[in-house]
Amino acid sequence: MATTDYALRPTPQVIAHEVHAERTRARWIDWVTTTDHKKIGIMYIVFSFAFFLIGGVEALLMRLQLGAPNNSFLTPEHFNELFTLHGTTMVFLFVVPIMAGFANYFLPLMIGARDMAFPRLNALSFWLLVFAAVVFYGSLLWQPPEAGWFSYAPLSNELYTPSGGQDAWIFLIHITGISSLVGAVNFYATIVNMRAPGMGWGRMPLFVWTILIYALLLILALPPAAGAVTMLLTDRHFGTNFFDPTGGGSPVLYQHLFWFFGHPEVYIMILPAFGIISEVLPVFARKPIFGYKAIAASTAVIAFLAALVWAHHMFAVPLPTVVLGFFMLSSFLIAVPTGIKIFNWVATLWRGSIITATPLYFAAGFIGIFVVGGITGIFLAAFPVDWQLTDTYFVVAHFHYTLMGGAVFAIFAGIYYWYPKATGRLCNETLGKISFWIMFVGFNMTFLVQHAAGLSGMPRRVYQYPADMGITAYNQISTIGAFVLGLGIALSVWNFVRSYKTGAVAGPDPWKGNTLEWFTQSPPPVNNFDEIPRIRSVEPMKDIRRQLERQSGIQRESVAQTGQTS
Amino acid sequence: MPSQQAKARRDGQSAAPAFRSGRPGAAFRRFVGRIRAALRPEPASIRRRLVAALLLATIGSLVFASGAFADLLTPESGGSPNADEIDTLYKMILYIAIAVFVVVEGALLYSLFKFRAKKGRVAAQIHGNTRLEISWTIGAALILVALATVTFAKLSAIQDPPNSDPNGLQLAEGVLTASVDKPMPPDGKAYTICVTGRQYVWRYTYGADCDRNAFGLPYSYEEMVAPANTTVVLDIEATDVIHSWWIPKLGGKFDAVPGYKNYTWFKAPRAGEVYVGQCAELCGRNHADMTARVRIVTPQEFEAWLEQQRTAIAEGDRQVQTLRRQLSGGGDL
Repeated sequence: MATTDYALRPTPQVIAHEVHAERTRARWIDWVTTTDHKKIGIMYIVFSFAFFLIGGVEALLMRLQLGAPNNSFLTPEHFNELFTLHGTTMVFLFVVPIMAGFANYFLPLMIGARDMAFPRLNALSFWLLVFAAVVFYGSLLWQPPEAGWFSYAPLSNELYTPSGGQDAWIFLIHITGISSLVGAVNFYATIVNMRAPGMGWGRMPLFVWTILIYALLLILALPPAAGAVTMLLTDRHFGTNFFDPTGGGSPVLYQHLFWFFGHPEVYIMILPAFGIISEVLPVFARKPIFGYKAIAASTAVIAFLAALVWAHHMFAVPLPTVVLGFFMLSSFLIAVPTGIKIFNWVATLWRGSIITATPLYFAAGFIGIFVVGGITGIFLAAFPVDWQLTDTYFVVAHFHYTLMGGAVFAIFAGIYYWYPKATGRLCNETLGKISFWIMFVGFNMTFLVQHAAGLSGMPRRVYQYPADMGITAYNQISTIGAFVLGLGIALSVWNFVRSYKTGAVAGPDPWKGNTLEWFTQSPPPVNNFDEIPRIRSVEPMKDIRRQLERQSGIQRESVAQTGQTS
Repeated sequence: MPSQQAKARRDGQSAAPAFRSGRPGAAFRRFVGRIRAALRPEPASIRRRLVAALLLATIGSLVFASGAFADLLTPESGGSPNADEIDTLYKMILYIAIAVFVVVEGALLYSLFKFRAKKGRVAAQIHGNTRLEISWTIGAALILVALATVTFAKLSAIQDPPNSDPNGLQLAEGVLTASVDKPMPPDGKAYTICVTGRQYVWRYTYGADCDRNAFGLPYSYEEMVAPANTTVVLDIEATDVIHSWWIPKLGGKFDAVPGYKNYTWFKAPRAGEVYVGQCAELCGRNHADMTARVRIVTPQEFEAWLEQQRTAIAEGDRQVQTLRRQLSGGGDL
């Protein structure tokens, strides 16, 4: 069994002590005014996870409406508002910021730093996110936006969407954009300047690599989005005609600008998820990551290609065939580095000694699901086929396989993996595994049939469908699946809440991790480390453990035990 | 003697010494013997074989499913050659995709089950294998080269309209069009219908000049009537927000973008069919209700319908004129 392995191996002496400061203020003032990267990280994670639950409820309402043909549970107006809120929330208030949350908490710990490079900027970036969410969800009190999460002009122009909700959406893009830019600069500066002695580029944990690329992509992609929505704002209120064809503007320009941001955004969301998987797999396979350099390099290649594929969202727009061909080939190309990662992850499991703990369940589920999302992406990249598939439920299924089954499963792997570090307590394993299986089954029930619905002619964003269209059964399965998925998520949330008080005490290194965050107490003290060890490989904790085994007598014992059983 | 050997096999004496003789059956028997040995039940391997059987069953049912429910897994087709060609291209990609899916998921499941931690298992400390990594990079690239080749090979059949059949609508010599983007059959003869999207209805204007001067041309809303066996080229545009023209059985989607012209075509083989579709780009609150139908009729019926539509529209216009005269005469207007 796995647990004997934990017990028999020596634990390194952690060199970190809590720094005690006199508490002079109330606890909540401590949180509001903090510049500690760990507190900010926790606020980021809890805040964005709350929006994940809100976005999930919005999705369930939509699934209820689509559970029966010609249903009138929601009005078309409310349905449009719900999918706009759902998409915007999940992208801008959940996946992107929760990755920033993980990075905030664990990046300094992983590279052996005591905080981020600019702690106050860090606090600014979190509070900007809060304000963006308040502005955006404040529109619920008047009239929420209803033009979809990419708000194509001219539908989003004042003539067709006069409500202030659209402006709230524009401000959300602006403020979360500034928040992310500030965060990105901070991550970049921290990674470049504050690594532990000996940690060269080739010894950086892979999660840190993906956050580095995430930061670069944010810096590259956000300015065009800011430009596009500013032009939309002036079109709406100040008489310009950037996107209004009646005044000589071009609706296609908006699409180019938005997707030049929008497609890198997809990789902004998924690359840190790749990083989490690359950290979790080697720990639980008890094996070094297979092809470290290839995984790090493929991250950079994906980021480069991500900036060259935007028009594959626009294959049905009037564009010359040569443009369509270019964007098909560039989109195909991106499958190569992504494939390399998947092969490397499978090879990491190969001949390992796999500890079947909850984080590994979610990581393996991530790979299994993400492969499907990657393969359906190939269909969508071939532009003649895309003419049939684009803007249907096939696309909805595709991006939920990459974002819900992909990024969200990776986020759950990350939460289960790092929960003991951040709280000092372990989550309940049985509950975690039950939650995984329910989520896995519910997810595939919800989204697998949506491919078939799209192929049968169901466009996305329709609030109703007729009974004779032949897609009723698909939608019913999907609706039931959505609630199963919701139950699975609820179990995990219950697990996180309950384990905070009742979970088993974790100790500094419950998983026998490889990276430096396990070389301190759980939860880590304010100063993170008293002393930072010199880094000699990608897996500093393994080096420390090995050194310890050499110094103590336990090494002979473990060798004897290995000899006995093999 | 072959018959004796066969009898021995039947009696379960296949373990008798297999001589490495030059006889053709010997190699085969050795092979069969090995398979049998592998299949002989061993308590330790039962679970492993169960897993293998489960895997095989999954793969089998997937392959079966792709055959039996081909319609479930492929786009709509059957109304026009371009839709059929897209369907064929989709299936080619689907077969490659199923192979990739089975290999990758198989390798993942195999390693997850096979390499679980157990007493005495020590993880191999492998950091990578350059040759292996280069070969799967090249492998992935080759699959994509194959996919790109297939797509480009199919492209002209999907994009370029063919000539109308002799029994189709009789058309005058090809008209010169202002556009270089507009697809035209090799003989330059196609019937043009202008498709205009607006919140929340499709309008169709019939006749070659519809994109330049639609005045006086017959038109209809929501239901398009089109002649069979005739290449019909659609000029797609929008007057307010972006819409997307999509009749699944007649080919792919083409966005109707205000200020732009988009083109597609279809050539329906049978009269009497009705193909349905709806707007595929979010265009406002009643997006879901912006439906479209294409009714295919024989060329003769089509001519008759056009004439009927023309007179009906003229009659309607006359009535409006009369009403206007009455109202303005009475001082109400």
